[in-house]
Amino acid sequence: MWKWIHKFGSPRPFFEISERCLPWLGGLALLTLTVGSIWSLLFVPGDYQQGDAMRIMYMHVPASILAQSSYMMMATAAAVFLIWRIKLADVAVQAIAPIGASITFLALASGSIWGKPMWGTWWVWDARLTSTLVLFFLFVGIMALRSAMENRNSAGRATAILAVVGVINLPIIKFSVEWWNTLHQPASFTLTEKPAMPVEMWLPLLVMVIGFYLFFFTALLMRMQTQILSREYRSDWVARLIEKNGIEKNGIEKSIKGKGEQNNAV
Amino acid sequence: MQFESLQEFIQMGGHGPYVFSVFIMSVLVLVGNVLRPLYQKKRFYLEQSGRRQRDQL
Repeated sequence: MWKWIHKFGSPRPFFEISERCLPWLGGLALLTLTVGSIWSLLFVPGDYQQGDAMRIMYMHVPASILAQSSYMMMATAAAVFLIWRIKLADVAVQAIAPIGASITFLALASGSIWGKPMWGTWWVWDARLTSTLVLFFLFVGIMALRSAMENRNSAGRATAILAVVGVINLPIIKFSVEWWNTLHQPASFTLTEKPAMPVEMWLPLLVMVIGFYLFFFTALLMRMQTQILSREYRSDWVARLIEKNGIEKNGIEKSIKGKGEQNNAV
Repeated sequence: MQFESLQEFIQMGGHGPYVFSVFIMSVLVLVGNVLRPLYQKKRFYLEQSGRRQRDQL
């Protein structure tokens, strides 16, 4: 087990394995999200109260679920980095922050657009919305803190501590709809209970949630790869990759030759 | 299929602008999250190989 963690936890094997996984993961994400979107836009019956505005749910709910769980994953990676000093965990923290920020933004913006026709307002300062806004600021704060610090080690530690402390916000988001009076409805879709809607409504939602997770891991692996490359740019295996994927001498010669032939033809 | 015509689909009983702005925004956010690292990776390879070629000269 430890041997396996050690092997997968070092940059090079991680990079190579993710290189092999990425086309599959990305393809599956694209397929799931396309099917889920078409399904939810065209085939799901409209809600008897909300009409077609309910279709916004198929983006809003997966984005909100992913926003919270990506923070949980980032905080877990941060804890792993603080305790065991595994560099790859720091790479993961750095990679999750911008994805999490954009997904939280999506959850907030889609909720706001949904709120306008349903609640009659774009925004209310209630507990659910405010705590989600705090989640967005946590992601952005973690990105800003890292870019403000020169030294990579201390930047990694500082962002990891902030990420772990910020976990306190997650139960606040989760229970905000129960603890305080709010316009936001309680969760109608959980892992443990039977969904409070008919199957033709929650099945496409499940597809979208799975699609969002697949997307998340695709984007995460891609970002981690670019992080690894820029951190390891001096090592031999990266040098070989650069040679393989960079400007090839042949390529330049070919293009020069190609241009010459074009000129001759004119 | 829940809609009789394209017109009906686009209007969505008056909720069309809300629904489609959310879906378009979601696609932009998701696609952007994939394109950015793709671009960064490509730029890294090009910049580094350019630097190495200059060093060799």
